[in-house]
Amino acid sequence: MRKLRALWMRLTGLFGSGNADGEFSAELESHLAMHVEDGVRGGLSTEEARRRALIQLGGLEQTKIAYRERQGLPWFETFWQDVRFGVRMLAKSPAFTIVAVLTLALGIGANTALFSVVNGVLLNPLPYLHADELVTVHASKQNFTEGSISYPNFRDWQRDNKTLTALAVSRGTGYNMTGMGDAEEIRAELVSSDFFPLLGVKPVIGRLFAPHEDEIGREPLVMISEGFWARKFGSRPDVLGKVLTLDGRNYTIVGVLPGSFNLAINNFRSADLYVPLGQFQNPALNDRAAGLGIHGIARLKPGVTPEQAQADMQQVSEQLEKVYPEEDQGIRAKVVPFQYAMVRDVKPLLLILMGAVGFVLLIACVNIANLLLVRSNVRAQEFAVRSALGAGRARLLRQLLTESLMLSLTGGLLGLVLASLGTRVILQLLPRQLPRAAEIHMSGMVLSFTLLVSLAAGTLFGLMPCFKVFRQNLQDTLKEGGRGAGGARHRAQNWLVVFQMATTLVLLVGAGLMIRSMERLSAVDTGLRPHGVLMFGLQAPSSMVGSSPEATREYLRDANARIAGAPGVEAVSFSWAALPMQSDDEQLFWLDGEPKPQNENAMHWGIRYIVEPGYLKTMGIPLLKGRFFASSDDEHAPRAVVIDDVFARKFFGNNDPIGKRVYLEQFEDGPATVIGVVGHVNQWGLDNDAVNPLRAEVYQAMMQLPPQQLGLVLMGMDVVLRSKYNADAAFQSVHNVITDMNHEQVVYNPQTLDSVIAGTIAGQRFSMILLAAFAGTALLLASIGMYGVISYLVAQHAREIGVRMALGADRRDVFRWVLTRGGRLAVVGASVGIVAALGLTQVMGSFSVLLYGVRAYDPWTMLGVIALLMLVALAACYLPARRAMRIDPMQVLRTE
Amino acid sequence: MGDKTDVWQGTLALMVLKTLETMGPVHGYGIARRIEQTSGNLLSLNYGTLYPALLKLEQEGYIASEWGLSENNRKAKFYKLTRAGRKQLEREAQDWEQATAILARFLSPAEEV
Repeated sequence: MRKLRALWMRLTGLFGSGNADGEFSAELESHLAMHVEDGVRGGLSTEEARRRALIQLGGLEQTKIAYRERQGLPWFETFWQDVRFGVRMLAKSPAFTIVAVLTLALGIGANTALFSVVNGVLLNPLPYLHADELVTVHASKQNFTEGSISYPNFRDWQRDNKTLTALAVSRGTGYNMTGMGDAEEIRAELVSSDFFPLLGVKPVIGRLFAPHEDEIGREPLVMISEGFWARKFGSRPDVLGKVLTLDGRNYTIVGVLPGSFNLAINNFRSADLYVPLGQFQNPALNDRAAGLGIHGIARLKPGVTPEQAQADMQQVSEQLEKVYPEEDQGIRAKVVPFQYAMVRDVKPLLLILMGAVGFVLLIACVNIANLLLVRSNVRAQEFAVRSALGAGRARLLRQLLTESLMLSLTGGLLGLVLASLGTRVILQLLPRQLPRAAEIHMSGMVLSFTLLVSLAAGTLFGLMPCFKVFRQNLQDTLKEGGRGAGGARHRAQNWLVVFQMATTLVLLVGAGLMIRSMERLSAVDTGLRPHGVLMFGLQAPSSMVGSSPEATREYLRDANARIAGAPGVEAVSFSWAALPMQSDDEQLFWLDGEPKPQNENAMHWGIRYIVEPGYLKTMGIPLLKGRFFASSDDEHAPRAVVIDDVFARKFFGNNDPIGKRVYLEQFEDGPATVIGVVGHVNQWGLDNDAVNPLRAEVYQAMMQLPPQQLGLVLMGMDVVLRSKYNADAAFQSVHNVITDMNHEQVVYNPQTLDSVIAGTIAGQRFSMILLAAFAGTALLLASIGMYGVISYLVAQHAREIGVRMALGADRRDVFRWVLTRGGRLAVVGASVGIVAALGLTQVMGSFSVLLYGVRAYDPWTMLGVIALLMLVALAACYLPARRAMRIDPMQVLRTE
Repeated sequence: MGDKTDVWQGTLALMVLKTLETMGPVHGYGIARRIEQTSGNLLSLNYGTLYPALLKLEQEGYIASEWGLSENNRKAKFYKLTRAGRKQLEREAQDWEQATAILARFLSPAEEV
């Protein structure tokens, strides 16, 4: 407390010091007078008495200084002095200050923006209690390492495991909601009862699903989101017990989930409605071998590691395989930690970008160090004079550091502004499916990061010139009168430029590889002609649910004809099951002549498309052999399938596939005949299709679906159409036609095939844009650095150049000499950079998500960026070289 | 001045406080003389070091100062003990006595253990 009081008094003493000084002088005067009086009384002369009094006091000025130091805070005073002096120095060269601060702001801003993304996505703990106990659970099986869990297996895993506190599953779905204004498609999630308790989510009002309410055959219940509650019910509490009509069935509302609940894991996405899993109206739900897109989450018992849980679950699924050798053959539980599951796709990308942006800051720091070095040469005189007057090294060091820290902190502050804008841009550029995007914001963590980076940067580039200043010989500098030359000085600057060139090259190689990847990706033949294709979801009126197969087919034909008749429509087809790059579905089959397999795992797998005759024309898929479906391939005609060329090659080799017969798993009554072969379509996106084990494609006619599956089509199918109009106009005209037909139908989620395809490479595009921006910034900074160093070189050697020219050197020789000096630096930098780049791009290449169709050491990229770097380096030398050429020998000699 | 001892670090404040307690309000010169006299002229006090010490004590609130007139009608700054200063003196004196007592025990010829 006393210490604090003293500190406060000293702080106030700092400012009111003029008055206090006078007062102390008076006190000392009276002290001396009394002492002298005593001395005179003791028989001394006045002079002698005063002399002795002063000796005993220890000197007047010394006493005053000691007093003043106690009065204020000496370190603070010198600091304040440094700051004021620094501000004056920086204000004296505004061009330098502005360039330095802007460069830093750019570097620090980019780092802060990216760090806030990394912080939000990778570093922040998940907002759940004991989030490290959360894992995701899948079934690994043939073709799928993280496949879906069947309902009976889920129940058995739940019962038999010893390492999980709780295991829950979910599956996304959608409902046609009626009875509340216009019919509406509402996204929903089917969940098991444990889902929300496991995460620790509590309802706003009402209750969660109770145990056993998620079983098959229970009463239909529903929970709604807080947003849905506000929109549809005005947040009235009497919503509990009310009924929602979904797909024609009545669901009782039991609770409201908080708006803050926002989770994206596996296929789960926060939705407006949550329904117990047992309400899933799919006849295959209770089929142990079915793959219905159900995935799990679980909470580990305290102290259990994910590895232990994996071993336990492995054992449980092996046990089940013994009990159900057919259905559960090869099916194993797979446990993946929550956080890893969320961010694994973006983690390498973000880390590489963070590294790249760190390099940019480093280059910016080097640039400023370079500028400061040049300035320190100019200021060498000033420092020499100050040293000669008695300033200690520590004092000068502090002065220089104060100046550089002032620069870096100002840069950091400005960078923070840039970062808050930059973060917004990054969020817009980011792949839409970026996990945890909502958690990205400027937090205390981000602010401290910026502060730390600023301080580190300031110290880094501030210290470099310091060392040089101290290495200088005081006397020489004073004698030279500030002209200063010396090898060591250039060497430091040269190394900085080499470092910049090398780092820039690394960034350029990274960006170059991404650009080449994008080029390759854009050139990938998807097997489709995407331009002009519009896709959307369509749900039949809920009154149609449960109709006879005849009525269903009648409806489908009618709807198809009406849409085909809408203005601008060139071709249209309904689609169910798989849709390229959107959703997938599998067809299990065996070939004619093969014995019927004992279980599903022994069958062949293909991707299943259920379409209508217009599909081929709509999607622009080429017909290679035979014919595609016609409207005559209906329920009365023999069952037909069309296959793609991958299927044909894989299962029929060189034989003509037309007329071959295959047995499809869901049809008990006989085989289907191959009537045509079409081109392969990239089901799994631009970059992943070639490496996916499941590529064979098989098309079936929608009208030939068995009755049970035909009924499911009505609850939500896709419509694909090719239109002459742009997407908005096309959707509007079709929407009108459909609404005219029946108000109970729901049309939802329109998107163009172009945008779907672009979406599959959004991650690569994002990293390409950012890497290219970083590399461009680095190139700009490096060229400024080169320009500065070469300009300085020319200025330093003006005398020498002038003398040479006077002695008859050609101007072109001078020009060449300057370019050679710069070129040499660039060559050394590029060589170092290439070695570093080869190492770093190996890392990039090891993340298969980033590079496509180009090797990490792609020679063309390497050559290209080296050429670019050399060109820019020489361009940066051009102006100084011109200046050197124009040096007038006479003038130089005269100033000597 | 040959065998005078310098003032030990940290003890000056204690001496000042004690002086003010016994003498009441005194000016800086008076304090300096009093300390010298009390020590039997064995202490060599650099008068100049007294003033920062006074300032420190004042900043810490142990003493207060005001201008007044000396015995010879000269304007001088007088220092006096505050209540906090009195307490501090008590505390420091006790600490000091304890410290010297301990040290004395170490230095006195060893008796029975």
